[in-house]
Amino acid sequence: MKDRFNLYRFASPATFYPLAGTLIPYFAAIAVLFGIAGLYLGMLVAPTDFQQGEGYRIIFIHVPASWMSMFIYLVMAFWAAIGLAFNTRLSGMMAQALAPTGALMAFLSLWTGALWGKPMWGTWWVWDARLTSELILLFLYIGYMALTAAIDDPRRADKAGGLLLLVGVVNIPIIYFSVKWWNTLHQGSSVNLTKSSMATTMLYGMLLMAMCFWMYSIAVALMRVRTIMLERERNADWVKAELAGDVQ
Amino acid sequence: MLKIIFAVIGRDLKLAMRRQADIVSALFFFVIVVSLFPLGIGPEPDLLRKLAPGVLWVAALLATMLSLPRLFADDHRDGTLEQLALAPHPLGLVVTGKVIAHWLVSGLPLALIAPVLGVQFDLTGDGLFVLTAAILLGTPALSGIGAIGAALTLGLRGGGVLLSLLVLPLYIPVLIFGAGAVDATVSGLGGEGHLSLLAAMTFASLGFAPWASAAALKIALE
Amino acid sequence: MIYWNSFADFLHMGGYGFYVWGSFGVTALIMAVEPILVARNRKTTIARLKRQLRAESRTPTE
Repeated sequence: MKDRFNLYRFASPATFYPLAGTLIPYFAAIAVLFGIAGLYLGMLVAPTDFQQGEGYRIIFIHVPASWMSMFIYLVMAFWAAIGLAFNTRLSGMMAQALAPTGALMAFLSLWTGALWGKPMWGTWWVWDARLTSELILLFLYIGYMALTAAIDDPRRADKAGGLLLLVGVVNIPIIYFSVKWWNTLHQGSSVNLTKSSMATTMLYGMLLMAMCFWMYSIAVALMRVRTIMLERERNADWVKAELAGDVQ
Repeated sequence: MLKIIFAVIGRDLKLAMRRQADIVSALFFFVIVVSLFPLGIGPEPDLLRKLAPGVLWVAALLATMLSLPRLFADDHRDGTLEQLALAPHPLGLVVTGKVIAHWLVSGLPLALIAPVLGVQFDLTGDGLFVLTAAILLGTPALSGIGAIGAALTLGLRGGGVLLSLLVLPLYIPVLIFGAGAVDATVSGLGGEGHLSLLAAMTFASLGFAPWASAAALKIALE
Repeated sequence: MIYWNSFADFLHMGGYGFYVWGSFGVTALIMAVEPILVARNRKTTIARLKRQLRAESRTPTE
């Protein structure tokens, strides 16, 4: 009973706003710490890869960015489902706050993928199943942001965006499967990246960087959600009190 | 249940017949886009035969997009949609009827004219047959998925462009298997597998999409 | 512990310098610019809301 009470308390913008405010510096600091540790291991300590030379070091940002781009979409879909099922105000704001970061992660994944592909495969872009799916994921992010931006009424924007996210999540496995199948039909097995086994140092470096990207995403999303909250709840008393004080 | 669906189909077809120009324009759009490709690429039959499935399918996706914004807009403007949403029967059934009607006036004509365009691209015999079958089987899925986008963008400014932004990425599987079916037939591998996958996607989207569209319509009408 | 012999080696990245630093550079740039943009957006939003609030509180008294 008490647990449920707390959950509802934090789901209300008036309590979540200050909580997010106190948490942001911690997440940012943890992100920096993980980033320093990950870069130290990955860029300074880890030995070279016998197949790919030093070029493999792109993995330390490419893989975390790809993971985050997929993970953030899933988290957004989770918030969308909560929002549609329980009609909570916070969930739609969270989904909207996450979207730009997710799109940037998808972009980074493509960018670093291209810079990795050029020396390894000889071209900036191949229609590899994973690259193609990542590109489609970026399209899905852009579609979501365009839809929510086009709707003036925030409640409708949340719900319509949420529905689009759920449709997207249902479709992602189908899209991935069809692209993968299409890719094997059109391309021989010339492109294969997963062969080389990773040294432990590399693996740890990558995991640390993934943690850094994760914490970074949380920090930025919380920053963004605080602004969205002020905007949406501008007529609520707590926002007026907040604005009357000396907010930064 | 079927009675509702058929009633909606009948009504939408009757309305569409009053605006035949729209159907014809979408069809001509399809023909013109497809005819532009040889002019841009060159007339070599080997090259054209290779490109035909992709070109015809992409043009079919775009032609389907053209008529999507009107799927709910007219009913929304005159208030019919709100009446339908308030009616006792589930809105999903109504949308199912509208999706089928949309396919009958947009997808079906494309499938009927596709073989003629296929001939322009030097497709023969089996290739033409599979092309027609694939468009026939795949376009209902386009109407279904498109209905979700049309419902989400109902009444928004810039709705048409936004709609294509939302819907085109979701069309990719249909494009892949639709064009793949023709590809596989032309290269002698047999397109049956692709066609059955297309049929599966069509049935899945006809079962699922109307209900998602109905939910989106209710959000838009709130 | 440290794998590199010299700083020049580190920058050179075994011939992959352009690709590696191109990736890391753009990532660092985005991760630096995104929070700044978010923070700036927050500032302008707060300023706008404050202005609106002041305008609203003035009207009924006059």
